[in-house]
Amino acid sequence: MNAAPSNRHDVRLENVTKQFGGWTAVDDISLTVKGGEFFSLLGPSGCGKSTTLSMIGGFESPSVGAIYLGGEDVSRQPSYKRDVNTVFQSYALFPHLDIFENVAFGLRRKGLPKAEIETRVRDMLALVDLTSFIKRKPGQLSGGQAQRVALARALVNKPKLLLLDEPLGALDLKLRKQMQIELKRIQSEIGITFLFVTHDQEEAMAMSDRLAVMSKGRIEQVGTPAEVYDHPCTEFVASFLGASNLIPGQVVDRGGETMVVKLEDGAVVKLPAIALAASNSADVKIGVRPEKFLVLAAGESEEPGWNVIEAVAGVSVYLGVSRQYMMESKTGRPLSVYAQNSGRAGELAPGETVRLAWNPAHTFAVAASQIQPAEGE
Amino acid sequence: MRRLRGKLAPYLLSLPSWVYLIVFFIIPLASMLGMALAVGDPLSGYTISDNFQEFVTGFTSYEDAFARSFWYGTASTVITLAVAYPVAYWIAFYGGRHKSTYLFLIMLPFFVSFVIRVLAWEFILSDQGFVLGPLKAIGLLPQNFHLLSTQWAVIGGLVYNSFAYYVLPLYVVLEKIDRRLVRAANDLYASPATAFMKIILPLSAPGVFAGFLLVFVTNVGDFVNAALLGGPGTYMIGNIIQDSFFENQDYPMAAALSSILMLMLMIAILLYSKAFGTEAIQEYAA
Repeated sequence: MNAAPSNRHDVRLENVTKQFGGWTAVDDISLTVKGGEFFSLLGPSGCGKSTTLSMIGGFESPSVGAIYLGGEDVSRQPSYKRDVNTVFQSYALFPHLDIFENVAFGLRRKGLPKAEIETRVRDMLALVDLTSFIKRKPGQLSGGQAQRVALARALVNKPKLLLLDEPLGALDLKLRKQMQIELKRIQSEIGITFLFVTHDQEEAMAMSDRLAVMSKGRIEQVGTPAEVYDHPCTEFVASFLGASNLIPGQVVDRGGETMVVKLEDGAVVKLPAIALAASNSADVKIGVRPEKFLVLAAGESEEPGWNVIEAVAGVSVYLGVSRQYMMESKTGRPLSVYAQNSGRAGELAPGETVRLAWNPAHTFAVAASQIQPAEGE
Repeated sequence: MRRLRGKLAPYLLSLPSWVYLIVFFIIPLASMLGMALAVGDPLSGYTISDNFQEFVTGFTSYEDAFARSFWYGTASTVITLAVAYPVAYWIAFYGGRHKSTYLFLIMLPFFVSFVIRVLAWEFILSDQGFVLGPLKAIGLLPQNFHLLSTQWAVIGGLVYNSFAYYVLPLYVVLEKIDRRLVRAANDLYASPATAFMKIILPLSAPGVFAGFLLVFVTNVGDFVNAALLGGPGTYMIGNIIQDSFFENQDYPMAAALSSILMLMLMIAILLYSKAFGTEAIQEYAA
């Protein structure tokens, strides 16, 4: 089962909107997923990611806009005619059919010859390591096994695109991690485009080639996990993908490749001008991830060109790989700082004043007007 | 002492059921079987013997009535299934928050006495009644057309009266089916019709099975519909038993016929569950 070029199909959404009654679940989304890509839709519940997936799967049709699959407009095509398969959140295995028949279901509908069905189902069950369960009923499987059957049942049809709707949501943490790796392995083995929906930012980052962060029916940002994590372009994205420190400030100089911002506590910091390409507003918030800070020892000077602010250390939590400090800026703004356990600095006492330094390249900026979203769910 | 009580508890708790079963089922059943073997007459009384003659006579002289009962029972059950399934399906899948209202409406006629309902049908189907009368007047039906006393009137009455008893078990299984399974089937290239045949229908089989037994057994033994809507040519075995008992006071014959009917039904049910399997039921019950 090598990646055949024919399996590689773009998925394109053009200005897709979905309304239910007066409620807009998906609001004017445009998106292109490249063939063979592992793409994630990430966002809190109710952000429209599952509705988007339903429209691509053919279970809902867009109120406005079009969906293209490999160049063909499939917006009005019912799901049973669409060359897309889904791994459902609840697995939705057919309880009255055994594992073989569950996996064979799609192939039988396509009217393939018996011998071919037999071979393909057996090959697929071997791929997900379930050969010995062939005669079992879904009720006799564990969560992880059921998950793999659901995956096999979809993949055996060799769809142009595989949709995965929070498929790991029901599994415990250990199994989840295992299945994440398993999914990546299978995806790279067969080369089908995977469109993965999750509210778990860690999962999305670990698995995706690229991801789209969604909020309130809109796409906030699209990019590789590193791009989206390191250079979030909205406050929502910054706080949805891990912890971040956001400090309000005024743009002093926007010219050239480096932008200069004066923070609320008077400190002046530099950052790449592209970090705030989208907005012309003078009011900004600059952002630094907690692990990007370097706690300078007393009297230690920062590397040339780095940004520095002063902070007062508060309580800390020791996590082995790092020590996480709750600090306060001079204006009393809480800051989260992760000091790596590299042995270069001792534990800071609460109340101790320190200088925090970071590389300007690790600074992002967002427009200041946005409202702080709730973390996670 | 305490352990003993703990061990006895289940038996003590089931005691009322045991008493009920023994008094109202086992004893009557035994006395019926005894009566079937009795000799005597209504005036001088009956004595239990080993007389199997009634069984033989009963079976051979009323073959027709037995055959008719099974035919009416089967036909009415199949028709009831065909009518009740779409209704149960619609309530379960499209009833929304009014599901219980619809079920209540289906149950509503059952608050009226069984006999009254059948009598109402007699009125509706009568030769010059408000249905056939106008149709005959405008010449759509010949003057000599009639429904009453035909087998179709009896089967129709049976269907009408068993409708709710089939809707309920069907509704219970259909309601339980996970809608996401239909979505999954559509996702795997099954059209709505195929999804119904491959997913909904097999998953509702336990309800079809249970409802079939419930309705079939009741209808085979029925005599009210045949008595009120039928004629001499539609006598079911229930009518014969009733006549033997009340008209002729031939208790041994009535008891023998009842025993034969019971035996036949048991065999029918056994064959039926062998053919369609109780396995499925147990699986879904689990």
